[in-house]
Amino acid sequence: MNMEIKEFIEHFAEQFDETDISEFKPETVFHDLEEYTSLIALSIILMVDEEYSVTIDGNEMKSCVTIEDLFNLVQKKAEQ
Amino acid sequence: MSYNPFSLEGKTILVTGAAGGIGRATSIECAKLGAKLVLTDINETGLTETKALLEGEGHECVSADLTSQEALDDLVNSLPMLDGFVSNAGVTKPTPVKMISKEALERIMSINTYGPIYLTQRLLKKKKFNANASLVFTVSIGGVYTTAPGNAMYGASKGALQVFVRNVALEGAPRIRCNSVNPGMVNTNLAGRAYSDDDKAKDMETYPMKRYGEPRDVALAIVYLLSDASSWVTGHSLIIDGGKTLY
Ligand SMILES: NC(=O)c1ccc[n+]([C@@H]2O[C@H](COP(=O)([O-])OP(=O)(O)OC[C@H]3O[C@@H](n4cnc5c(N)ncnc54)[C@H](O)[C@@H]3O)[C@@H](O)[C@H]2O)c1
Repeated sequence: MNMEIKEFIEHFAEQFDETDISEFKPETVFHDLEEYTSLIALSIILMVDEEYSVTIDGNEMKSCVTIEDLFNLVQKKAEQ
Repeated sequence: MSYNPFSLEGKTILVTGAAGGIGRATSIECAKLGAKLVLTDINETGLTETKALLEGEGHECVSADLTSQEALDDLVNSLPMLDGFVSNAGVTKPTPVKMISKEALERIMSINTYGPIYLTQRLLKKKKFNANASLVFTVSIGGVYTTAPGNAMYGASKGALQVFVRNVALEGAPRIRCNSVNPGMVNTNLAGRAYSDDDKAKDMETYPMKRYGEPRDVALAIVYLLSDASSWVTGHSLIIDGGKTLY
């Protein structure tokens, strides 16, 4: 796992209160996590804005299946 | 047939947030009903577009940032006497409580709450209202009647504004009236794109009328409150929400 995605996953995991840290992997299908809600989706959108200065919208968030998908999207948008 | 108790003939009306959404639709309807409009917004391009859509002559645009005290002074000093005031500009940023920042909260409060309060204060101090003038504030069901995840900052700003409306109604009577419209979700650019189409479709199902509002749905309620048809109505909060608050 490269450094950057590790850091991204840490920021991602921070938005959850109950889910065990071991559950967050690049291949985690985050929409299926029991704790995942629209409120957590909002937190993740705001976290991405704060940490990476990238704006993602609700539809983009929905289109990402795994945490790695989201990481790739953020990386792609950060380069634009 | 010319009988129309909702006519706004001969009235001069100031609308904030007139560059789009509910403010634009309200301006269009008011002009159709005979009013002369003063349109204001921070978005100059949008203002010009709205003005081009208005029936009749003599409408004006003044661009102003509601969060600037100097801009408010300049705006008020440039105004003719008013028969109507629609305080409608507003913003939101859906944010869970734990992610609230000073910057975001201050921006929302400045535009949604402080701006309308300071502008109303100045309009009264400078005696800009004719007798029987009507003030209408675009509040929301959010914060006043409903809560929703991520809506704390916006709800707090609108809840405070609702209280202000009732106080202006009391102090203003019997010379002027003051009411609010409280819309549910309306198809405008307000909420941005934080919610996915799927989430919106699900949310729409929670509205008994099974759709979100259109700006004109709210505009026509504002027209009622501006017109002499509502001359015994003050301090009222008019919910326009497709039945959302029935649950
Ligand atoms: N759309 C909804 O679902 C909904 C629901 C309930 C209440 N409302 C309220 O309706 C009002 C109108 O919003 P809308 O939905 O038409 O959205 P909108 O974004 O189309 O209109 C808001 C307007 O306010 C203007 N504005 C923003 N900051 C400003 C500033 N600092 N100074 C001057 N003008 C500024 C914007 O330029 C914009 O033209 C708002 O007060 C909003 O809170 C909207």
